[in-house]
Amino acid sequence: MKKFTTLNSTAIPLHSENVDTDQVIPARFLKAVSKEGFGKNLFYDWRYDDNGNPKSDFILNDLRFSGSILIAGKNFGCGSSREHAAWALGSFGFKVIVSSFFADIFRNNALNNGLLPVQVSEIYLQQLFFSVENDPRQKIVVDLEREMISIEGKGSHQRFEINAYRKTCMMNGYDAVDFLVSRKNKIEEFEQKRNGGKMEFWNSVTDTAFPPSIIPV
Amino acid sequence: MGKTLFNKIWDAHVVESIGEDMDMIYIDRHFIHEVTSPQAFSGIEKRGLKIFRTENTIATADHNVPTLDQHLPIKEQFSRRQVERLTENCVKHDIELYGLGHESQGIVHVIGPELGLTLPGMTIVCGDSHTSTHGAFGCIAFGIGTSEVEQVFASQCLIQSRPKTMRITVDGKIGMGVTAKDVILYIIAKISTSGAAGYFLEYAGEAIRSMSMEGRMTICNMSIEMGARGGLIAPDETTFEYVKGRKNAPEKLSEANLYWEILFSDDDAIFNKELFINASEIEPMITFGTNPGMGIKISETIPADQSLSKALSYMGFSEGDKMLGKKIDYVFIGSCTNSRIEDLRAAAQLVKGKKKAAHVSVWIVPGSQAVSRQAQREGLDKIFIEAGFEFRQAGCSACLGMNEDKIPEGKYCVATSNRNFEGRQGQGARTILASPLTAVAAALTGKITDARALLS
Repeated sequence: MKKFTTLNSTAIPLHSENVDTDQVIPARFLKAVSKEGFGKNLFYDWRYDDNGNPKSDFILNDLRFSGSILIAGKNFGCGSSREHAAWALGSFGFKVIVSSFFADIFRNNALNNGLLPVQVSEIYLQQLFFSVENDPRQKIVVDLEREMISIEGKGSHQRFEINAYRKTCMMNGYDAVDFLVSRKNKIEEFEQKRNGGKMEFWNSVTDTAFPPSIIPV
Repeated sequence: MGKTLFNKIWDAHVVESIGEDMDMIYIDRHFIHEVTSPQAFSGIEKRGLKIFRTENTIATADHNVPTLDQHLPIKEQFSRRQVERLTENCVKHDIELYGLGHESQGIVHVIGPELGLTLPGMTIVCGDSHTSTHGAFGCIAFGIGTSEVEQVFASQCLIQSRPKTMRITVDGKIGMGVTAKDVILYIIAKISTSGAAGYFLEYAGEAIRSMSMEGRMTICNMSIEMGARGGLIAPDETTFEYVKGRKNAPEKLSEANLYWEILFSDDDAIFNKELFINASEIEPMITFGTNPGMGIKISETIPADQSLSKALSYMGFSEGDKMLGKKIDYVFIGSCTNSRIEDLRAAAQLVKGKKKAAHVSVWIVPGSQAVSRQAQREGLDKIFIEAGFEFRQAGCSACLGMNEDKIPEGKYCVATSNRNFEGRQGQGARTILASPLTAVAAALTGKITDARALLS
């Protein structure tokens, strides 16, 4: 996974709430067996008309706006669990998505692909929209180490929260698979304790692996 | 202080805590399908890893499969390649596959419970957001992305933050002609498409308790449509009766019961949030917009709200419109929400002896080969065919605009599936979500109709 520390970039404002992953990438584009090439179909049905020509009223086709930050309305990434949405956003060139709320599965998918979801307050989100829509050259600064997002040169900033484990992974480019594999002994110990290695773990329900507090007396 | 059911199951699966509310949790059952697994298989291969616990993973092909002529090769080459890749990967990695042509093939969330692979107290994941369906058995079941599929392949574990808990209690009895689908559409309309974001839900109360397992699956299935990580229902006699004797259920139920019978939220357990609903408020529901939260009682009018304008313009509706009487073009009865035998029985009962409206195309798509066989044994297929409906083969079908079953641009489809997003059933398609009863009423009359008028 790519490391992420700081980013200073212009941004693209997508003024819609509840953007679901069917819009980010429609199902008919999910038939690939690799992770590459999804960027060209990002927001396809919002971006192109029936003849495949760019729709002039969609923000990604507005030449005034560019950059590797997408600013979107609340509850971004809801609906389908398709990680293809994160791949499409990443392959299009986005490195940060800012919203006032992210759907759970999308948030994990983004983090697992080095795409940083930055959650800000609704008020700050509206400030970001206002700044960027008024001046498409306005730079936005995202500093992961300090957990801070700011509107460059405007003295306006907000702290964002990120789980410590997720932050370490993003900053160092660590991968959850590597971490989990390194815990193999712990996992095997858990399996042994719980069921002696068998699938039917309920046979050992009285075992110490099961918190005693929930066993009825 | 007592514990919630969710926390009991979660705590029993924590392998290790990673601080700040992040836990490494053990996954008992991992379902995979052709769309969200190929990159995960390539991922572990690239790392030179093997699947850590092959016996915990079960595969089926559902999203890309055609629902006609399943004995022939899949026509569309990319769909075919994805399904073939799943077969190759399952053979290579020694994973049990209920693929196309297998007698147990079907929608992943239909076959899991059917085969007794879904059992109370488990942790279950799948690269599909409707994995929440399995929560009906008192499981922690949730959808994951492909990177997480790879993590489960590599370690049988996931690193997850512990969600907050919310209990939704539906007290009282639901009325005649009101189904589990209406109950869940009512809840989503009440709290919106993001109303349960960050929570894991527990459904409780008399109305939930009195539902069959299939009704409970419909409820839990749509938990994700409120933004919840998942939703569960404490197992009871109804659950145990359903599980008993199924292919993968434990032989000695009494041993399992020791664990299963403590799967309830303690009386003094505290939820982060509680919602109370009186079942008598609930009527047949219908959606008018482009997310599942945009729903109303079938007799109501579309509300006036500025924020709905984009959705209404996509749907070709206006505020103040009545949904009743609106002309529709297609009816789709299927998907992991409503494609089980009870759904087909309820539909057939209303259809019997009647004919569909001439201008409507009606697709009945059973959730699995087993559901299809059962429907044929009961003669339901004949009832549908005599009415002019198409009785198709098992798969996700027109729920998601991926396989051959798509709704044409601009057309209206009353669907028993779970999402009415723009383009969900095909580019420009307009989806109206409803129960199987409401869907049948629309099929027979050619317009949105209150099924209760036909029932009485």
